[in-house]
Amino acid sequence: MSEDTGQNVLSVDDLSISFKTRDGSSKAVDAVNFHIARGETLAIVGESGSGKSVTCYSLLGLIPQPPGVIESGVAQFTSQGQQRDLLRSDKQALRSLLGNKIALIFQDPMTCLNPYLTIGEQLIEPLCQHKNHTREQARNRAIELLQEVGIKNAEARFTSYPHEFSGGMRQRVMIAMALITEPELLIADEPTTALDVTIQAQILDLLDKLKKQRNIALIFISHDLSVVASIADRVAVMRAGKIVEAGKTQQIFKQPRHAYTQQLLASVPSGAKPAQACQPNPQAPALLKIEHLKTVFEQGKAGLFSARPAPTIAVNDVSFELRHHEILGLVGESGSGKSTLGRSVIQLIKPTAGRVQLDGQELTQLSSKQLKPLRQRMQMIFQDPYASLNPRMTVFDTLAEPLLYHRIATRKNVTPRVLALMDDVGLAHAAIRKYPHEFSGGQRQRIAIGRAIATKPEVIIADEPVSALDVTIQAQILELILALVERHNLSMLFISHDLSVVRTIADRVLVMHQGQVIERGDTETLWAAPQESYTQSLLAAVPHL
Amino acid sequence: MARFIFMRLLQAIPVLLVVITVTFFLVRLAPGGPFSAEKAVPPEVLKALEARYHLDQPVVNQYLSYLGDLARGDFGPSFKYPGRSVNEMIAAGLPATTELGLYAMCFALLIGASAGVIAALKPNSAQDYIPMSTAMLGICLPSFLLGPLFMLVFGVWLEWLPVSGWGDIPGDKILPALTLASGYTAYIARLSRGGMLEVMSQDYIRTARAKGLPEWKVVLKHGLRGGMIPVIAFIGPAFAGLLSGSFVVETIFQIPGLGRFYVQAAFNRDYTMIMGTTVLFATLIIFFNLLADIVAVWLNPRLRDLYRGKGA
Repeated sequence: MSEDTGQNVLSVDDLSISFKTRDGSSKAVDAVNFHIARGETLAIVGESGSGKSVTCYSLLGLIPQPPGVIESGVAQFTSQGQQRDLLRSDKQALRSLLGNKIALIFQDPMTCLNPYLTIGEQLIEPLCQHKNHTREQARNRAIELLQEVGIKNAEARFTSYPHEFSGGMRQRVMIAMALITEPELLIADEPTTALDVTIQAQILDLLDKLKKQRNIALIFISHDLSVVASIADRVAVMRAGKIVEAGKTQQIFKQPRHAYTQQLLASVPSGAKPAQACQPNPQAPALLKIEHLKTVFEQGKAGLFSARPAPTIAVNDVSFELRHHEILGLVGESGSGKSTLGRSVIQLIKPTAGRVQLDGQELTQLSSKQLKPLRQRMQMIFQDPYASLNPRMTVFDTLAEPLLYHRIATRKNVTPRVLALMDDVGLAHAAIRKYPHEFSGGQRQRIAIGRAIATKPEVIIADEPVSALDVTIQAQILELILALVERHNLSMLFISHDLSVVRTIADRVLVMHQGQVIERGDTETLWAAPQESYTQSLLAAVPHL
Repeated sequence: MARFIFMRLLQAIPVLLVVITVTFFLVRLAPGGPFSAEKAVPPEVLKALEARYHLDQPVVNQYLSYLGDLARGDFGPSFKYPGRSVNEMIAAGLPATTELGLYAMCFALLIGASAGVIAALKPNSAQDYIPMSTAMLGICLPSFLLGPLFMLVFGVWLEWLPVSGWGDIPGDKILPALTLASGYTAYIARLSRGGMLEVMSQDYIRTARAKGLPEWKVVLKHGLRGGMIPVIAFIGPAFAGLLSGSFVVETIFQIPGLGRFYVQAAFNRDYTMIMGTTVLFATLIIFFNLLADIVAVWLNPRLRDLYRGKGA
């Protein structure tokens, strides 16, 4: 890294942390070195479990000890000419730095603000704690800062509770809370991961601007290389507790030296769908035809003296066709109605109006009994492989269930079919008696995909199938999906918030906004020349390597 | 919020009506009557008594006239204590029972919640095991065992506190309240431990720690509110239980409360007295459950908005 160490706010040397578990001790952080100066942004990048968060939290005494043990290391924090080793400071001393000279921003603004206290109360706390402000002084400062981070009508919003803000606004509050004591070091742990892409772009801009104005040292922890590319001066890549490569952002992205960095960069979804992969036949008739579909959620009930609250129109007059052997991308931000649309198509939610036709057969009027044979032809893959697999069913049970239920196999001949499915999705035969918790996230998603293709369906609705996965695993699962679509002649509605992912896999794309499909077209045409201003802003917000 | 309370009060009416109806017919189904005794009463006397209390009327008529009286707040005369009305007897017993229940509730909340919070701060340590196993003991030991035990230890051996009476000697209310509170204390301790454990693992607690707040402030300001929600929900049913379950403690400590009247009335087939106390307790149970719900809503800003109709 850089040679100049005189200006460093924080320099960490030889930090090793292990966690005591039942089976002994496991090393979470292994001989990590890094340093950061004022006005600099250092990104620590790694996949889940790489130790990037533990590294930072351990410096601040925020990991529980036990089970955590700091085995070695020095963490020199320099503030106003005073140096101290964070790892050898007592709790009292650390506390006087935390939320004062060192501040943190966390990933999920939904859960990181106390739902029981007003945001004003939470904002002024650090000032009252560390700077001896009176509540009145602290309040004035907090309102100024809320305005600075872009909260309109800050004075009135001061007494609002977190649930009255949107995700992006909450993250702004979180940033204001971190900056209120004018810290010298700001640690942001995946600050934009839970946000929509347009909001993410705004928050990144804001963080960068505030950092520059205040000359703060910013440590930016992220799993997302493309986010890091736009904000970091230097990058440290972590894997299995070690920093495998570190250097200037440009250098890491243009000339990665370590094999893992190269693999990470190669896994970032970019570019168009590979040309040799399955191509739909545009002349073929539509397999699935959706006409004027509308799904409305009623809210609450009419009261004795009050009318029923206005219903939410989740999907509003949507029509599209899914052709044979096609992957149709459906993109939109959270709340745009894309998941509801997927579920309405497959009749998990009864649509309020409109038609859904599979091979010419109308589905919306059928009873659940009449739907059963058709369910075999349409399957769904969900986002979270942790939640969508029954924890008490083995791989065998999970994969055999649809085969038995739809009478595709009998108890006697089901095993070879299950094994064939496991081959198909790339699971080792030895795993057949294992339970979901014994698998990694990627393997679990393979099980979920295996369950979906068990009945040899023609249509698969995949709702954010790779969003919960690390980038290298995501690349593998996307490859698997492409291969399966090819091999089994599938048609797929691929729902995702991630535009780069959709671009690498979809033939055509629907863009959804506030319940309506506002733009559609061939993926590459749409990327090259988006017509609607919403699509333009969506594409502009996508971070690039 | 007013609407919420109003709706809940409206819902209470059919519930009360069902309680009244079921109790009314059930007590009359039980063998024997208020005037059956070991020494048989002469038939003409019995007839005169029954005529006086309208027991010779068809049961449906009795039921309707009882409802009419009830609507005017009149619980009727006691069958067993001639000359005294049920209203008078309730008025005589209720204050002691209520006071006892309130004290017991305070003890249960104070001791139970602190024990639970302390246990939750260091799960699976001595700090957790000691209060929690004591709590288990509190749940297991019935009050008819615990009462005499307290008397023996604090009254007879240590001579710290009087062993019976109500408001006669200073401190004579402590032992009965503690005895009555024990089971509830233990349950509240377990509830608050669970609630606090849940809350202290939340992300916003980490945020509070990241602000450099001292640990006590993290626990009391950021943790306690969410952690106490299961306890608040339990207060309603607990208070109702304290009131209607005070019979054993009242008997052990010689307290002139309502619990004793209630049980005696059941043995005596004192129809009106059974009805009166049952209706009263049912009303109290509904009232305290409502109160607990209101407090729970008031503590949770998200629910508060929901009931204000702001939406979340």
